[in-house]
Amino acid sequence: MPGKHPRALLHESRPIFEQGSPGRSGASLPALDVPARDPAVDGPAALRRGEAPHLPEVSEVEVTRHFTRLSRWNYAIDLGMYPLGSCTMKYNPKVNERAARMPGFAGLHPAQPEDTLEGALALMWGLERALCEITGFQRATLQPAAGAHGELTGLMMIRAYHQDHGGKARKKIIIPDSAHGTNPASCTLNGFEALGIKTGAGGVIDASAVRAACAAHPGAIAGIMITNPSTLGLFETQIAEITEVVHAAGGLCYMDGANLNALMGKFRPGDAGLDVMHINLHKTFTTPHGGGGPGAGPVAVGAALEPYLPTPMVARDGERLRWDFARPRSIGRVRAGSSNFGMLVRAYAYIREMGGPGLTQATEMAVLNANYIRKKLEDVYPVAFDRPCMHEVVFSDKKLKKETGITTLDVAKRLMDHGFHPPTIYFPLVVPGALMIEPTETEPPEALDELCTALREIAAEAVTDPDKVHSAPHTTGLRRLDETLAARHPRLRWTPKAAE
Amino acid sequence: MSAEYPDDLLYTREHEWARVDGTRAVIGITRFAVEQLGDITQVDLPKEGDSVKKDEVFGTVESVKAVSDLFAPLSGKVLKVNDPLKDSPEYVNDDCYDEGWMVEIELSVESEKAGLMSAKQYKEFLEESA
Repeated sequence: MPGKHPRALLHESRPIFEQGSPGRSGASLPALDVPARDPAVDGPAALRRGEAPHLPEVSEVEVTRHFTRLSRWNYAIDLGMYPLGSCTMKYNPKVNERAARMPGFAGLHPAQPEDTLEGALALMWGLERALCEITGFQRATLQPAAGAHGELTGLMMIRAYHQDHGGKARKKIIIPDSAHGTNPASCTLNGFEALGIKTGAGGVIDASAVRAACAAHPGAIAGIMITNPSTLGLFETQIAEITEVVHAAGGLCYMDGANLNALMGKFRPGDAGLDVMHINLHKTFTTPHGGGGPGAGPVAVGAALEPYLPTPMVARDGERLRWDFARPRSIGRVRAGSSNFGMLVRAYAYIREMGGPGLTQATEMAVLNANYIRKKLEDVYPVAFDRPCMHEVVFSDKKLKKETGITTLDVAKRLMDHGFHPPTIYFPLVVPGALMIEPTETEPPEALDELCTALREIAAEAVTDPDKVHSAPHTTGLRRLDETLAARHPRLRWTPKAAE
Repeated sequence: MSAEYPDDLLYTREHEWARVDGTRAVIGITRFAVEQLGDITQVDLPKEGDSVKKDEVFGTVESVKAVSDLFAPLSGKVLKVNDPLKDSPEYVNDDCYDEGWMVEIELSVESEKAGLMSAKQYKEFLEESA
């Protein structure tokens, strides 16, 4: 048996390298119809390796069982609620999958001749127009393959803009402490320096703090990165003024659009004067993520950055669509091929299925669901800021920790015993012991109630049986893991026994 | 384990401490910071000879919960770095005021220390912000 300790028929599976036996194979090749050559003898010496690679030698049934067993240890949105804050783990409609599997899309090669790509170009053109309509920008590149890749692309364009406009000395990007954690890294990768500012008393950015930061660094401000709504689940009410302040200081305004799910049909960043934003198709536009599929992070821009968009863009000459490489100030390609094209198909299918009113309603329901949870739980888990939230709500373990010693981590672990994926924990950093819940609009009210009941039961259990909470989870395939040991002494790859 | 907030140290609102001795200061993070962070898994510090500036980031500390910036309580040039923290970040959890120290600097602006808090003031600050 390749597995051991079946737990209610939930099998463990040893690393596939430790399964099978020498010479075993899952494939039978047809008879050789050319003269046999031994690469170890006839191959170029420079390309010969010293020893054969340690590849698994397993049969088809072993491979199938290995991966099927592993898949049963997974949690997925198709199994239950996934209330990870800032991740927008909404249900991915199955019609998207049907669209992405249409042979005309699934069978395309990125390098095939342009005149055979009309359908794909039309889809990309349509998706770009739809994203611009939703966000209020002029144009969008679909190339970036993830949100952070979108940030990188957006900042590369900001850098190119400043180089073109005598702003080479502009090195500082203002980043509030409620921004996404990837923002400072994107700055650093572009040679910028992150200039942190603190959120104001109400949990939103104060325009005066931005004004002070600009005044303290005259001629050095390259821009600002704002996550709106912020990671506190709050809408940045002073965004228009902040945009004016940064523009007056010569900087450009980047909006991290990871939380766009709270804005559709309500607020268009382009209208508020922002210059650039990325859009996470895998969050707002229902393409699978969280291990279920690759991301897609289109970047939309206004007039200032339009010349710097990556090439190629889709251009339309009358009825005909074509690749447009003739963009002399472009930052160039940021990804091979046409991004994760299957994700573009899924996102477009979703947008067309929902339509404008449908997307607006999705946003309304996402915000309503988050506020429903807020009101149902705020007496046991105090909220960081006592005001209506957007698509996500940030609780803290302040009360629970003080009264019972039970922390956010314990609550998250115990929630697994109730059949839920844990929420985002200890983020944003500005809220100690943060427990960040984003239900999304696709959860039925019964699921919201079940989640709230579970969290209330855990809070009650923290008083009656704290050890049970502290030692959770109890019903999962594995019990509580030693995360500290894993972080301090990570084992990142399998190594053959002999080499250890 | 050492006292929660030793009297011979100066403190910042960002929860760093400084042990000033003449023109030198040893720098680390406070017991409060350690409790907030949880188990620390990595500490990134500047190199010997690097300059640090008061209130600016001089390194990062990573715990199972998050990565946090370290803010210099005082300006100066790094004389010594607690290299063992590279392999044993748990020293910060175990003993943040002694074995878990981070850097020693030669002060460039001695007067800056007047802006730091005493142990008593820091304790009051923690109570106010609780």
